[in-house]
Amino acid sequence: MNKILIESLSLQYSDGTESLRNVSMEIPANAITVLFGPAGGGKSTLLRCLNRLNDLADVQVVEGKVLIDGENILAPQTDVIALRRKVGMVFARPVVLPMSIRANLTYGLELAGEKRRSKLDEAVERSLRLAALWDEVKDRLDDPAIALSGGQQQRLCLARSLALQPEIILLDEPTSGLDPISTGKVEAALQELKKDYTIVLVPHSVQQAARTADYAAFFLQGELIEYGEGSVIFTAPKEKRTEDYITGRFG
Amino acid sequence: MPRLMKHIFPLNRHLIQRLGFAGLTVMAFLTVLPIVAVVIYIIVQGAPAISLEFLSDFPRGGMREGGILPAIIGTIYLTIGTAVFSVPLGIAAAIYLSEYAADTPLTRTIRIAIINLAGIPSVVYGLFGLGLFVLFLRFGTSILAASLTLSIMTLPVIISTAEEALRSVPQAFRTVSISLGATRWQTIRRIVLKEALPGIITGVILGLERAAGETAPILFTGAAFFLPRLPHSPFDATMALPYHLFVISTQVPEMPIKIQYGTALVLLVFVLAMNVTATFIRSRARAKRQW
Repeated sequence: MNKILIESLSLQYSDGTESLRNVSMEIPANAITVLFGPAGGGKSTLLRCLNRLNDLADVQVVEGKVLIDGENILAPQTDVIALRRKVGMVFARPVVLPMSIRANLTYGLELAGEKRRSKLDEAVERSLRLAALWDEVKDRLDDPAIALSGGQQQRLCLARSLALQPEIILLDEPTSGLDPISTGKVEAALQELKKDYTIVLVPHSVQQAARTADYAAFFLQGELIEYGEGSVIFTAPKEKRTEDYITGRFG
Repeated sequence: MPRLMKHIFPLNRHLIQRLGFAGLTVMAFLTVLPIVAVVIYIIVQGAPAISLEFLSDFPRGGMREGGILPAIIGTIYLTIGTAVFSVPLGIAAAIYLSEYAADTPLTRTIRIAIINLAGIPSVVYGLFGLGLFVLFLRFGTSILAASLTLSIMTLPVIISTAEEALRSVPQAFRTVSISLGATRWQTIRRIVLKEALPGIITGVILGLERAAGETAPILFTGAAFFLPRLPHSPFDATMALPYHLFVISTQVPEMPIKIQYGTALVLLVFVLAMNVTATFIRSRARAKRQW
C-alpha cells in the first residue's frame, strides 16, 4: 500500500540551480524507506518537500506532484498546518524548544486546540513510551528539556512529533550527533514504530542505511539512481554508481 | 626603524606585550574616569539639597526654594506617555522587520531610515513636534504632544534593539515550531517573543531612559516653565526634570546652586535606576538562557 507517491518531481533553488531532477518514487506505508547518497544529492530537500517545510526556504517546485493518500500536497490550496500535523519531522540536530519536557510534547497539540489535561497527559506518556524515553524522564517531566543528554533530547524530538499522532515520520540524519548507544535506541524505536507509521529516513551513514532500510533510494546530484528493497540494494545493486558508493569507492 | 629601536631598547617580546596590556588597561580606566567624576561631583553638590520636602513640594519663592515635585511627576508622565506610543509601535516594527519582511529594496530603505532617524539631533525632533503635533494637529503644548515627539525620537532605539533581540533567537526554534503545525504568528508569539523578551525590555528601557533625560524635544512641545499645579490631562503642559534643570540653571538669577545640583541628582538617579534595571534584566536573562 503506497502512502506517498512522488511523480516526476523537479525542484530548484531560487538562483536557478537544480536540486532534484525528475524524481518519481512510491513510498509504502508501515516500512522504513531510506534516502541515501552523498551530500548535496537532494535527500533533505526531498524530505522537506513532504511536509512543505521548503516553503520556508528558497526552494521552488518546477514541476511534478507529491501525492499523500492520493492528494497532491504541493497544490496551493493544501492546508499546510494540517499537513505538518500528519507528517512529523525529526531534524539532524536535536532542537528542544526552550521549555519543559512536558511542554515540548504538548506544544503541537495545544496549538491544534487540545486543552483537556487528561488528553495531554495521555499523549505525553504514549509518545514518550513510543520513543523509548518514558522510563528515563517520567519523574522529571517539568524539568527544562535542555537538561537532557543529546541522545535523550533527540528521542524527545521524536516523541514530540509522535505526540501529534502523525501518519508519516520524516527523519533527517536523526542520529548524526549521537553516540552508538543512543543511535541504537533511536533505531530500535524506529523498528517498533514502523508497524503503525510510514517512516522516511535520511541516514547519516551507508551502514545505518543498510541496517534500517526496508526500502532504499540512492540519490546522486539530484537524481534518483536506484530504488528498491533494501536487501537487494545493499547486496546486489543494479547500478554501477550505487555499488561504487556502497562499497566506498566514492562519497 | 624597528630594527634600530631594537638596538637601542633591547626589549624582549614578553616585556613589550606586558607594556602594551598595561597601556590598554590604563586607557580603559581613563574612559571610566569622567563618568565617575561627573557622578561623584553631582552627588557631592546635590546631596545637601535632597530632603523629603525637596521631593514632595512645589517650587516656591520664584523656584529658589521648595521642591521639584511637579518636575518629577511630569517626567514620569512623559516617560509613560512615550512608552504608550513607542513600545507597541517599535516592537511591532521590529517583528515585521525581523520575522516577516523579505530583503527587498523597500525593507532596506526602511532600515536605512531607522538608522538615520537615530542620528537626527533632538532639537530637530522638537521643532518637528511643534509643527506637527502642537500646531497642525492642535494638541497644543501638552504632555500628549511631548510624548509623541519623544516617541518618534525613541523609536529607532527600540526598533533596532528589539530587532537584534528577535534575530538572536535561533532559527532552528522557528523551523521546529513550524514543523509541529504552528503558524508563523503562533511561532512568534509562543517561542520567539518569549525568548527575545529580556532583550526587548532592555532596549525599551534604554530608549525610554534617553527620552526621560531629553530637553530639546519637549522644549517647544510640552514643557512648562512653572506650573502651580500638577497636570490633569494629557492635554495639559507639564514641568519636567531636564527642562526644569535648564530653567533654573540659566533663566533664574541668584539661584541657590544646591537646588540646581539637587535637581540634576534626582534626574541622574531616575535615569541611572532605569539603566541598572535594564542591565539587571539582561544579565539575569543571559544567566538563565538555555542555548
